Amino acid sequence: MEQFTGKVWLLGDDIDTDIIIPTEYLALKTVKDMAPYGFSPLRPELAAQIKPGDIIVAGKNFGCGSSREQAPEVIKALGVRAVIARSYARIFFRNAINNGLLLIENDTLCNDVKEGDEITVNVGESIEYNGKTYPEAGGLVKAMQKLNGIIK
Amino acid sequence: MGMTIAEKIIARAAGVPAVRAGEIHTVTLDYLMSNDGTTHLTIDMYNKLRNPRIADKSKLVWIVDHNVPCDSPKTAASQKKMRDFARDNGITFYEGEGVCHQIMCEKHVVPGQLIFGADSHTCAYGALGAFGTGVGCTDYLYGMVTGGSWVMVPETLRFNLTGKLADRVTARDLILTIIGMIGANGANYHAMEFVGDGMKNLTMSDRISICNLCVEAGAKTALMEVDDITLAYLEAHGGRKPAACFKSDDDAVFEKTFDIDLSSIVPVVAKPHFVDNLAPVDEVKGVKINEAFLGSCNNGRIEDLRLGASIIKGHKVADKVRFLVVPASQEVYRQALREGLLDIFMEAGAMIMNPNCSVCWGSCQGVIGAGEVLISTGTRNFKGRAGDKNSFVYLGSAATVAASAIAGEIVSPYTY
Amino acid sequence: MGSTLIEKIFAHNIGADSVKAGDIITVNVDRVMIHDIFIPFVKDKFEEMGFTKIWDPDRTVLIYDHLVPASQLDDPRHHHIGDDFCDKYGVKNVHRSDGICHQLMTEAGYVKPGDVAFGTDSHTVTYGCVGAFSTGIGYTEMASILGTGKLWVRVPETIRVNINGTLPEGVTSKDVILTIIGDLRADGATYKSLEFAGSTVDAMSVASRMTMSNMTVECGAKCGLFSPDAKTAEYCGLKGLDDFLTSLHGDEDAVYSKVLNYRAEDFVPVMACPSQVDKIKPVSQVILEAAAMEEGSVVPSVGLIKDGSIRVDQVFIGSCTNGRLEDLQAAASVLKGRHIAPFVKLIVTPASRKIYRDALADGTLDILAQAGAMITTPGCGLCCGRTGGILTDNEVVVATNNRNFLGRMGTSKVNIYLASPVTAAKCAVAGKIV
Repeated sequence: MEQFTGKVWLLGDDIDTDIIIPTEYLALKTVKDMAPYGFSPLRPELAAQIKPGDIIVAGKNFGCGSSREQAPEVIKALGVRAVIARSYARIFFRNAINNGLLLIENDTLCNDVKEGDEITVNVGESIEYNGKTYPEAGGLVKAMQKLNGIIK
Repeated sequence: MGMTIAEKIIARAAGVPAVRAGEIHTVTLDYLMSNDGTTHLTIDMYNKLRNPRIADKSKLVWIVDHNVPCDSPKTAASQKKMRDFARDNGITFYEGEGVCHQIMCEKHVVPGQLIFGADSHTCAYGALGAFGTGVGCTDYLYGMVTGGSWVMVPETLRFNLTGKLADRVTARDLILTIIGMIGANGANYHAMEFVGDGMKNLTMSDRISICNLCVEAGAKTALMEVDDITLAYLEAHGGRKPAACFKSDDDAVFEKTFDIDLSSIVPVVAKPHFVDNLAPVDEVKGVKINEAFLGSCNNGRIEDLRLGASIIKGHKVADKVRFLVVPASQEVYRQALREGLLDIFMEAGAMIMNPNCSVCWGSCQGVIGAGEVLISTGTRNFKGRAGDKNSFVYLGSAATVAASAIAGEIVSPYTY
Repeated sequence: MGSTLIEKIFAHNIGADSVKAGDIITVNVDRVMIHDIFIPFVKDKFEEMGFTKIWDPDRTVLIYDHLVPASQLDDPRHHHIGDDFCDKYGVKNVHRSDGICHQLMTEAGYVKPGDVAFGTDSHTVTYGCVGAFSTGIGYTEMASILGTGKLWVRVPETIRVNINGTLPEGVTSKDVILTIIGDLRADGATYKSLEFAGSTVDAMSVASRMTMSNMTVECGAKCGLFSPDAKTAEYCGLKGLDDFLTSLHGDEDAVYSKVLNYRAEDFVPVMACPSQVDKIKPVSQVILEAAAMEEGSVVPSVGLIKDGSIRVDQVFIGSCTNGRLEDLQAAASVLKGRHIAPFVKLIVTPASRKIYRDALADGTLDILAQAGAMITTPGCGLCCGRTGGILTDNEVVVATNNRNFLGRMGTSKVNIYLASPVTAAKCAVAGKIV
């Protein structure tokens, strides 16, 4: 099982593609050229603060809006290891998969986590934060084990 | 000893009976025009003054024309500063109405006036017998606050025009030829005065085009006599009356007089990267173009659109070539619309933009990329003027531009 | 058990008797659209994948619209790359300055009812207006379609939207779709098909339906479909509807994940307020709320409150959502004999060359120009936010396009209100939200 730990950048609901990378910069030659403008309408300073291995945590409907594939590519170019959101817009979702950007759906983490905190992701299984595991049950098997009193 | 038109206008503005070239006089200004290229800077300076006031707000005309519609947050902020200041101070304000010099000619300028404009092509107003000259922000601010300024009386170069331009040879070919002849600094600090029998064969549009471009020879201003054509134009544009109609006296002193037979003028282009880098069209024939531009304060009037439309009608813009047609004002736009010219251009595949400076200003609309070539009716072909620093601008007439747009390369205006 | 409209289109496409929501299928692509911003990236991916020819160049359409006219120095590069791509792979369907891609795809006859189409733009959903499946994809998937002519899709669940009755005077299909988005919220139809039906949509022009299909992506939908009818056939230049096209409606016994029922008479003029497309309020409510705010103050996400109203700095009428002839005519009917308020800019951008010429011919553009509008060349213009009327902090723009995202038209403090052309034109005359 792959595991990684990273620092959290916390964003809200409906983070749209124009926030992720504004149209103004879409004709720059490479995604690398665009990366410094990532998230600039919302938080102009953010792109420079993100370090490789960091994790974005957000609310619902992440990536809504345009079909621009630069959106997941810019996030990747900034070194973001994974995005954890309550839900994703569909074009962004497909584009992220096609570019190998790890997207994780989680309904509750964004309510608990604070920006700057570290979280650990057990890929395909769970997220650990502040001594708590997300999803709470840690998968179907663990949920059943819990139901059956095998684990707490 | 008599006076030139330039001397007479300055004498009037200075409130003295006579002035002579070389003298410096304190003058009262009739208008102060400023556009979105620099007005925000003027406002910044104004706000730094102690207890600033505007001497006479009715003399100020502010026009947003350079980046319209706005192309960036930075420009939007400077335009907002200008708009808010105009609103707060009751300054005559236009936005999206067209290129500043065209608006001034259509709505404000009358013969005999002395006008400062914070734009080099202010010399266009000479077509209406007014002394217009371009100034920087500091001069503008002084005029705005005091209502006056100082001017040095310029020497005059006189151009005596005879005859008539041949078919599809335009006033633009004439003035480009003159600039080529005297050079880009050939009229530095001088007035260029146009007179002669040939004037009656030049429309107001031709005259504005000629005067407008005189700054490209370094002129301080350009001047023409008021005649029936001028008066008819003023009448048709708000029934304006001249402040004073001046002619140079027979015994006025001219530094030099040039005699030009209009029938001798041929279609020309100014090659990159200087306005005086002149060649007959045939010499540059075959240069491939990426874009063509018909518009600007120099050549965006109804007469220019008529000429362009008459050539492109029934033809298509060449594959992969962009042809921008930009009427100089809303008045021109609507006239062209009613005459069916806009539809001719649209049918041919041109792009018609809202009236503004467009690619002549070269910062936002129709910019050309590295290695690209533009044939333009704009005012300048300086390196990088229309976009990338490694691009190329050729200046030609409305006829040459329209024909080249069809061919996809620079061709003679007689090709179609 | 019956089928939804989208299930019928997909079943027909793959030659199956039926498909059901949740099925993963591989569709045969009838048409693809690529626009100028993404063509360099599509080309790179296509060649990186090792393809040497396009599966069917005639099914490929390249449209320059986002960067027309060029506003930044790198823009022409995209057009050169596009031109080279077309020359190299034999693509002949190229539009270099004819208007917005989504307008042209149906207007120029590239997409017909029942087709399956993909485009490198989220508003590709627009072609649902003629009963075609169409949706936006990224450039990597586009490159793979160009090579294979196929793409996998998951058959979406459908939300059925029934609208019956007659819309009140001054209420347009824009008000209808904005209201629906407000009800569903920005993610309410994610991965789903929206299927519109009822006497109200039957009575709508294809242009009005186009406005609605176009905006379905704003609630996350994969497509927004209308059943083809006689109007569709006429618009698409078809002699009539064959058996397949006649069958393109949701069956009574089809399975819907949700059914929304609206009475047309209940719709009112609405706006999407800054800066979410689903922040929908009746215009009357926006006016009332402004009246209760402090005079002379700049309220974040609202604008400057002046004389008890929200001051409007600019109005934009255009885009693939609302740049069609009927939209310009609606604005002209408000603006005829009037002039826009002092210090307000009105920017009108017809959606296509054809629309521009039609509006020239019927006098609409003359009315708009006389009222003080700046009429720009057809293209995406301000909607895509690269040029065409960019604004600055605390300014307010009322716009007829599809998105009011933070920073979409300038700084992140620009307040963008989305509305119908009727509302937008009224605001331009008043200089405030009315």
